[in-house]
Amino acid sequence: MHEWALAEAVALALSSYAKRAGIGRVKRLVLGLGELQAVDREVFELALGESLKLYGLEVESYELVTEEAFFECKACGFSWGLGELALSDEVREAIHFLPEAAYAYVRCPRCGSPDFSIVRGRGVRILGLEA
Amino acid sequence: MRYLADPRLEAVSERLKEVGEVVVFASSKGGVGKTLLSVSTSLLLGRRGVSTGLLDLDVTNPTAHLVMGIDIARARPIEERGVVPPEVYGVKFMSPVFFTQGRAAPLRGEYISSAIREVLSMTRWTGVGVLVVDTPPGMSDELLELLTYVRKFRAVVVTTPSVLALESAARLGEVLGPRVEALVINMYTGGEPRVWRSANLGRPAPVYTLPYDREVEESVGDPGRLLSTRFSREVDRQIVSHVVRLFGSGSYYPVPR
Ligand SMILES: Nc1ncnc2c1ncn2[C@@H]1O[C@H](COP(=O)(O)OP(=O)(O)OP(=O)(O)O)[C@@H](O)[C@H]1O
Ligand SMILES: [Mg+2]
Ligand SMILES: [Zn+2]
Repeated sequence: MHEWALAEAVALALSSYAKRAGIGRVKRLVLGLGELQAVDREVFELALGESLKLYGLEVESYELVTEEAFFECKACGFSWGLGELALSDEVREAIHFLPEAAYAYVRCPRCGSPDFSIVRGRGVRILGLEA
Repeated sequence: MRYLADPRLEAVSERLKEVGEVVVFASSKGGVGKTLLSVSTSLLLGRRGVSTGLLDLDVTNPTAHLVMGIDIARARPIEERGVVPPEVYGVKFMSPVFFTQGRAAPLRGEYISSAIREVLSMTRWTGVGVLVVDTPPGMSDELLELLTYVRKFRAVVVTTPSVLALESAARLGEVLGPRVEALVINMYTGGEPRVWRSANLGRPAPVYTLPYDREVEESVGDPGRLLSTRFSREVDRQIVSHVVRLFGSGSYYPVPR
């Protein structure tokens, strides 16, 4: 599953940070899951657990926060969310793999411009870390 | 800390550890033949028994699948602890086109960088000896992502005999420095190339010439035909032989067993 790649990336980044910072474990971890990437939480959590084990890092507790996707048009300033778009399952699947693929399917609902920002809710990111 | 800011960066290095050599075809001018050359090189490496991958890094305008004649609705990557590229004509092939489905995807630089990180961090090239990378023209985000985060790669700079293209190639050589493995003058019709500031390559590198060949254009979408062109025979004799020699030396990356 693609979730494995995302979870593994987080585990790798954390373990290499931990190595550099000389810490053996992380007390608390907060991860943001972007709505655009539509991560399957169950699979992600399973993969994260396994990956952390694989890279030898102990995380005492973690929290997964869903971040709603939010777009803003550079041409007219309009902003909108994912819920306002009618995307087929196939397109959602493509965007799940590669959130930037949104630029192939999404246009500003007000002016039709392809030049918009993904302001929030793109993918997986580390929001907080307590060693 | 940059790895905490973007956890994918660590995964990019990890994924590429699975690969023996990364060979990047690059040019600062467009339309000089990078894509034809990348595809031809990959297919020929495969034919020589080298386990080969081909990555199209042209996010906004991918075309390698068109040269390969791949039906993107049928050949698709498989989800397995990341994404495993489909094998086409003996080559593991990955392209953003699998996700943009051939539609126009106009992207600003920051999103191009992000898309490249996503593709590099999710794709599993396990067992690939040589990963050939086709890039879009220029010295912008795509190239900088490779320079900053992939780091260990070898570049083949592609140009035509045009004075302007050669001048641009020399500039690219300055940026790539010691990574430049060779210069390829494509669509070469004879005579001495007028300008080649080899001093700026950063290192002595061989110069290969590939003929202008009408058959090349006609073979787009038909790999069998592409491989039977005079162009591909020269690609095999000069560039593929060069890459095989590199791979044979095998000291660049450890190839995991
Ligand atoms: N040696 C050659 N002889 C004749 N035609 C060629 C040769 N090499 C490439 N071509 C043709 O030139 C065109 C441009 O080639 P190609 O798309 O590979 O260039 P490119 O460098 O990848 O372009 P871009 O910079 O847009 O990615 C194609 O139509 C191709 O068929
Ligand atoms: Mg090209
Ligand atoms: Zn707008």
